[in-house]
Amino acid sequence: MSKLLEIKNLSVGFDTSSGMFMAVQGIDLSVEAREVLAIVGESGSGKSVAMLAVMGLLPKSATVTADSMTFDGHDMLTMTSKRRREIIGRDVAMIFQEPMASLNPCFTVGFQLEEVLRVHMKLDKKARRARAIELFKQVGIPTPEERLNSYPHQMSGGQCQRVMIAIAIACNPKLLIADEPTTALDVTIQKQILDLLVRLQAEHGMGLIMITHDMGVVAETADRVIVQYKGTKMEEADVLTLFEAPKSPYTRALLSALPENATGDRLSTVADFMKNEAANAGAVS
Amino acid sequence: MFRFIMGRVAVMALTFVGVSIIAFSFIRMLPGDPVALLSGERVMSPERHAVISHDLGFDQPIIVQYFDYLWGILHGDFGTSIVTKQPVVDQFFNLFPATLELSVCAILFAVLLGIPAGVFAAIKRGSFLDQSIMGTALIGFSMPIFWWGLLLIMLVSNTLHWTPVSGRISLMFFFPPVTGFMLIDSLLSGQSGAFKSAFSHLILPTIVLGTIPLAVIARQTRSAMLEVLSEDYVRTARAKGLSPLRVIGIHALRNAMIPVITTIGLQVGVMLAGAILTETIFSWPGIGKWLVDSVSRRDYAVIQGALLIIAATIMLVNLAVDLLYGLINPRIRH
Amino acid sequence: MAQTNIQSGTSTDASLRRQLAEFWYYFSENRGAVLGLAVFILLIIIAIFAPWIAPHGPADQYRDAVLLPPIFQEGGRAGYLLGTDAVGRDILSRLIYGARYSLFIGIVVTCIALVGGIFLGVIAGYFRGWVDTVIMRLMDVILAFPSLLLALVLVAIIGPGLTGAMISIALVYQPHFVRLTRAAVMAEKTRDYVVAAKVAGAGPLRLMFKTILPNCMAPLIVQATLSFSNAILDAAALGFLGYGAQPPASEWGTMLADAREFIASGQWWVVTLPGLAILITVLAINLVGDGLRDALDPKLKRS
Repeated sequence: MSKLLEIKNLSVGFDTSSGMFMAVQGIDLSVEAREVLAIVGESGSGKSVAMLAVMGLLPKSATVTADSMTFDGHDMLTMTSKRRREIIGRDVAMIFQEPMASLNPCFTVGFQLEEVLRVHMKLDKKARRARAIELFKQVGIPTPEERLNSYPHQMSGGQCQRVMIAIAIACNPKLLIADEPTTALDVTIQKQILDLLVRLQAEHGMGLIMITHDMGVVAETADRVIVQYKGTKMEEADVLTLFEAPKSPYTRALLSALPENATGDRLSTVADFMKNEAANAGAVS
Repeated sequence: MFRFIMGRVAVMALTFVGVSIIAFSFIRMLPGDPVALLSGERVMSPERHAVISHDLGFDQPIIVQYFDYLWGILHGDFGTSIVTKQPVVDQFFNLFPATLELSVCAILFAVLLGIPAGVFAAIKRGSFLDQSIMGTALIGFSMPIFWWGLLLIMLVSNTLHWTPVSGRISLMFFFPPVTGFMLIDSLLSGQSGAFKSAFSHLILPTIVLGTIPLAVIARQTRSAMLEVLSEDYVRTARAKGLSPLRVIGIHALRNAMIPVITTIGLQVGVMLAGAILTETIFSWPGIGKWLVDSVSRRDYAVIQGALLIIAATIMLVNLAVDLLYGLINPRIRH
Repeated sequence: MAQTNIQSGTSTDASLRRQLAEFWYYFSENRGAVLGLAVFILLIIIAIFAPWIAPHGPADQYRDAVLLPPIFQEGGRAGYLLGTDAVGRDILSRLIYGARYSLFIGIVVTCIALVGGIFLGVIAGYFRGWVDTVIMRLMDVILAFPSLLLALVLVAIIGPGLTGAMISIALVYQPHFVRLTRAAVMAEKTRDYVVAAKVAGAGPLRLMFKTILPNCMAPLIVQATLSFSNAILDAAALGFLGYGAQPPASEWGTMLADAREFIASGQWWVVTLPGLAILITVLAINLVGDGLRDALDPKLKRS
């Protein structure tokens, strides 16, 4: 299989008043077509930042450096922003953590969906509407004809995320990046959205990058996993290996923090585990 | 949405009653005899006084007087000028087009310059452009416009001779008012050069009256835009591969306009206050000059009536702004 | 809703000092605000020491020096740095004394509007119900008029002059303070520290003014600076129209009213300088106001 996205030695720094803050340091990452890759880590571990760098969505205060960053044969580092805009939203799409906030409150969801079709597919008005209805059916929104005229505030969080997914898959992308897609949703809805994503990934043969902090999500969806901590990659393995024989102490920490792995009356945290590791390391050296 | 409007209208009606009480009490709070003040007759015999007093309803109990007054207002009777003996309403509607024309030009000037300036400042936040725009806006915001007007007359009219000093159109042109708006009437008159004359008379007053609204709108647009640009949905729009023009001009601007619309609405009151000064400086025959003249002529009937009409006008404009706000902001439509 | 970082109503001196230090840190980052503050302090000094600084009395007329241009223009005389007006009064001296009027007007108007507004706003926000309705509808009525129009009418009642101008301007500004205070009080009223003080037996007066009010100050301070500069502008406008301070007072707006006849005759200094004085003063205060707003608004604070 060919590499769909390949990143080598990516670093992202942010200019802050107290100097440069490195959010991502020297990450290597690749996704193959039709593969589901999960990137796991705590909040603040730079999971999203790496993906935002691929999409070119970082603010001006960010500095992105990498040895290479190619998507589907295009060099994303040297590409002009005009060329990049032709690719993002069409061949690589992204959905975000807060579905309600991610949709523009001033426009109907139909407008926001059809906009992608107009910009990337150059469809006419009638074709756009037909495609929009079809997409809403695909993502499981009932009575799509009516819902297209709704505003985001008239829909639930789960439905908004379905709209976001519809927007993302509108142009049949090769790669879909989902940045904590279920974190802001109710537990019952989380499962539905995950199932939807996995189903669409299989049906469309997309690559899927699932950014999450939830090991449960990883187990359910991923083929391969990257564990990230404080901007650096701790471990990369296929999903079975990771759960059965985690190599990095940090991964073990994450797994031991899962409720089902709890022993005793207190749930261990990652911080506990890292403290122990540090103590052990100190004892060894 | 319907309940929203009805609520607004109810509050407005209540406010209008309050305003009418103020206008009603105003004449009675003045030092001196209200009968003399309203009739304009300073010296009169007791018999004459009794007659006028009866005509004006002053021999009734105060409550009855108020309801008579309110009844009159609801039937369009806002009193009669002491000086010209004309009904206040007639005078108002004769002069209002001049003020409206000037105000509309000024608000267009402010909006058309202020919104782009604010947007550019926000996009180029922290740059030299941003600092220049915001610095200029703060100066405009701090401007004593009566001085600004004098300065412009001194420079542009008297020194450079680019624009006329005062009035709405050159005295060379004379045609009967059709719409009351000089720009339109001058075109309708068909006289060559009339439109140009009317237009050049409008330039300086427009700038003077539009300066503070321009500064306020630019500042408000910038801060609203900065807030909106950090929103998630702007990131979504960019993630869709939309052009910067679309992201900023459609997705961000539409949301940023919500607070700006409110600001523009609030400028209407500012403009009417500004019209008092601007029209005085440029001898512009509108509501503002009429008020100042009435105060100096002690034409209390006019002041009383104008107070009420102007407050009602401002309230109507505010209602219109609220409706516009509801249209542009879907979240209001519950 | 803006709010200060005070966690309890009874803040100690140390935390107050820390807050002030933090405030100054943010304020001093804004160069414009610091410049504005410097100009403002300079103006206060000028106003206080006007009799010692000004070369001439504000009303002294020099018959041999009528309409002299400033010193840097041909025909200017050393004794009259910024020239003289139509009756031979030294413009620089009049401007220096004029600072007294403007600052005095600003202070008086802001104090009246602030005190009245806070009082009504706290009562409206604390008691709600019909008290609130009556107060707020009254404020709506005042807000239905443009400020200068209402001031003009009030002056017509009270009679032209500084006192009337100041009272009417203060009255017109009051609703803004009432609204701000009321909103802040309503937001703070249900917070835990207020409930705690209530449980501890604090009376309504203490709750209103000692517990809640100090935590609503930030937006009020910003509004107060805005009122200060607007009061100067409005008072000058009234003076310009002939209904503010009366001649021969050296109030800047009144000076401009006298100068109107000279816009066509080339004596630019008579027209330009008083207005420039107003602009600089108002600009300085607005710069400070912007700095205050940024420094006091936690939403804009960045690390």
